[in-house]
Amino acid sequence: MFTYEFLQNYWWFIISLLGGLLVLLMFVQGANSMILLVGATEREKQLMVNSTGRKWEFTFTTLVTFGGAFFASFPLFYSTSFGGAYWVWVLILITFVFQAVSYEFQNKTGNLIGKTAFRIFLTINGFLAPLLVGTAVGTFFSGSPFTVDKAAAGDSLSPVISTWDSPWHGLEAVANPWNVGFGLMVLTLAICLGILYMLNNIDDESLAKKLRAHLLVFGIAFVVMFLNSVFWLLTKSGFAVDADGRVFIEQYKYLHNFLAMPWVLATFIVGTVLVLAGLVWTLACRKFRRGIWLSGAGTVLAVMSVFLVAGLNGTSYYPSVTDLQSSLTLANSCSSEFTLRTMAYVSIAIPFVLAYIVYAWRAMDRKSLTSQELEETDHKY
Amino acid sequence: MIDSALIGWSRAQFALTAAYHWIFVPLTLGLAVIMAVMETIYFVRKDEFWKKTAQFWMKLFGINFAVGIATGLILEFEFGTNWSNYSWFVGDIFGAPLAIEGILAFFMEATFVAVMFFGWNKVSRGFHLASTWLTGIGAAISAFWILVANGWMQHPVGMEFNPDTVRNEMVDFWAVALNPVAIVKFFHSVLSGWMTGAIFTIGVACWYLLRGRETKFALASIKVASIVGIVGTLAVMFTGDKSGVHIAEYQPMKLAAAEGLEDGGERAPFSIVPGIEVPGMLSILATHDIDGYVPGINDILDGYTDSEGVRHLSAEEKIYKGKTALKAFRVYRKIKDSAPNAAAEVKKVFDENKEYFGYGYIQDREDLVPPVPLIYWSFRVMVGLGSFLLLLMCVVLFFSWKGRVKDMKWLQWVALLSIPLVYLAGQAGWIVAEVGRQPWAIQDLLPVSAAISNLSVGAVKTTFFIFVAVFTAFLAIELSIMFKAIKKGPEVEENR
Repeated sequence: MFTYEFLQNYWWFIISLLGGLLVLLMFVQGANSMILLVGATEREKQLMVNSTGRKWEFTFTTLVTFGGAFFASFPLFYSTSFGGAYWVWVLILITFVFQAVSYEFQNKTGNLIGKTAFRIFLTINGFLAPLLVGTAVGTFFSGSPFTVDKAAAGDSLSPVISTWDSPWHGLEAVANPWNVGFGLMVLTLAICLGILYMLNNIDDESLAKKLRAHLLVFGIAFVVMFLNSVFWLLTKSGFAVDADGRVFIEQYKYLHNFLAMPWVLATFIVGTVLVLAGLVWTLACRKFRRGIWLSGAGTVLAVMSVFLVAGLNGTSYYPSVTDLQSSLTLANSCSSEFTLRTMAYVSIAIPFVLAYIVYAWRAMDRKSLTSQELEETDHKY
Repeated sequence: MIDSALIGWSRAQFALTAAYHWIFVPLTLGLAVIMAVMETIYFVRKDEFWKKTAQFWMKLFGINFAVGIATGLILEFEFGTNWSNYSWFVGDIFGAPLAIEGILAFFMEATFVAVMFFGWNKVSRGFHLASTWLTGIGAAISAFWILVANGWMQHPVGMEFNPDTVRNEMVDFWAVALNPVAIVKFFHSVLSGWMTGAIFTIGVACWYLLRGRETKFALASIKVASIVGIVGTLAVMFTGDKSGVHIAEYQPMKLAAAEGLEDGGERAPFSIVPGIEVPGMLSILATHDIDGYVPGINDILDGYTDSEGVRHLSAEEKIYKGKTALKAFRVYRKIKDSAPNAAAEVKKVFDENKEYFGYGYIQDREDLVPPVPLIYWSFRVMVGLGSFLLLLMCVVLFFSWKGRVKDMKWLQWVALLSIPLVYLAGQAGWIVAEVGRQPWAIQDLLPVSAAISNLSVGAVKTTFFIFVAVFTAFLAIELSIMFKAIKKGPEVEENR
């Protein structure tokens, strides 16, 4: 029953789930992009920084785990994309590096460059990380310029098997407006999630009022970008794989994928409805603070189903536009059956990990964050 | 054709990231234990003094922690960005421990470090204590899996090369996870972190003593730290000895380079510094037998027969076999679909020579020798400083037990000035381990020249200097904040 093919699909499912969780957890970035835009007083800025300051490590850890899991299950993607689209990944990493130190350093005496500088770093990471990650994921549908030649390993002088065919090494993705549209969709979604999270996590009237005003703007922006990307996906031709592993262009491939996998379509629709319900409910009802739960759960489902459409049902999830047969498919880029099976056993630990995270968070978040708590606590950012 | 400058800059970038990472990680590993012990004392005795003491070291832990995370993120992704061929060639084995590290360790660290920092007034004392320990345990588990990955690079086991997929594939997970080289490396590295944490704590505490302030706090911290440190150092020495035997067996060139041993033999001498040798000592250390044969650099290049009568091929023979394997691989790839019978014959040739596949990428026998002076001196720095620091901690513990540390200015000065030394020892150790393995990314399997990403030299140079600037700035800021926090001091009540 657990055939090689099943394991490949299973691991693509795990990658998709981690992708969904990562976008959800980018509420940290979304919230940070609002620090300087929304926070008028020092008190407000401090509340915002401290609110995500207790969660940012999970976004970081999920990013690292997403990378590690991708490496373990589909190593050819790791080697082709990271080594090829060099500048995009390096840029993403650098913004995260700046974020990692900024929380701890921003409010400490002796930080040399001052509080505002670190808050600017947080803001830059807040905008750039979702935008770039989203743009990079856009190339899962639009394709990238690369060639993979495994036989090259036999050349003792030039044995590198993956070659990037654009001197821009990843930056060329920006030239395709649909990729950028995808990035803007992820960015506006992250901002909405960030605002919903802060509305739930921070107990402060004046801040909440401003956040709701921004939610209206970015909520509308998100819906526009979302419709734009959905239109793109459902109307574009895609990269299909036949039974022999040959890649060919199929019209309406992603639409076909949704129709061929009704459970993915259902997941996508439920996810979308939940995201919108969280937004609309929060905007319509001033007392309602739990939008993050609806929109957050919806984000995981919707993003996961988009990843599933990118890779399942005989689809190349990382297509090459310069050499069609170099395109990465689940079958030609995955780990050996033994490794996928071993890692499948490891994945059984994931529910336990989620369980203790939920347990610890509940213990910590019984009360919303207030200015009063920040004044009384020893450890704050 | 791969530009040798590209290899140089890619190595420099990885070395830079790893070296910076190892400034922050050992302190995390060591302080985690020290502050957990302190909080345990608080939990048992319910004495506020110990709570405040633990909290002060947690504060320093927090300042240090973030930069470790940041540099660690870059390290993980650099396997992909700068060593793309490596990622495919061994990703089937190497990716697994990285993924397990994320799933099992990082989430544990991230969850409980937040409870540790922010949970004092939100969760029970017991839950908080458990969280502090789990933060440290999470860090240690993470170290375990990444050192499983590194141990595998030093001594690859549990895999087979598959010419159809053109990569090594895992066939035995437990051989990889319980690789003796990895296990020894884990204890050696993590416990060296205990040393770092201990020397740091003792040094900072002695600064307070020199200033004549926070005396009670300083003396209490010294006691806990020196015990943790001595336990750690003894274990570091024990595993260091084991590690020597492993290196002699699996990486004889690294050992020869670390000893500057041109020509080996039985009863090989151990060099203390150039000109001073202990006869027969190297044979004892490397083989636990005074008559054990230890090959020198020339022996390894020319081929030799060890004390068990096994003949080891010369560099030329290995390179020849490697080129034969590479050639057979090329032919096999070409004809495997069109002429399966002929391909099977070629596969046989390949299988006979595949043990030396990696040598096929080596162009010159001189390339097989790592830079000897750097490794020789790094080894001496590591061992010399390690021994000195053990002595220091024993002296500190003795006088602390006698109640005299408070008045011994010279000892306080030595302890304070020893803080940089423990970092130097740790860096030197990694230089021995990693530079000593050159030219191999994975010992005997894949040289760095074949592990690389096909990027322009300019691109890697640019990111190298970006990282130099960013990491150095962060280090400077971190130190500045650390000094300020230490100057401010703990909030303990001294006269109770």
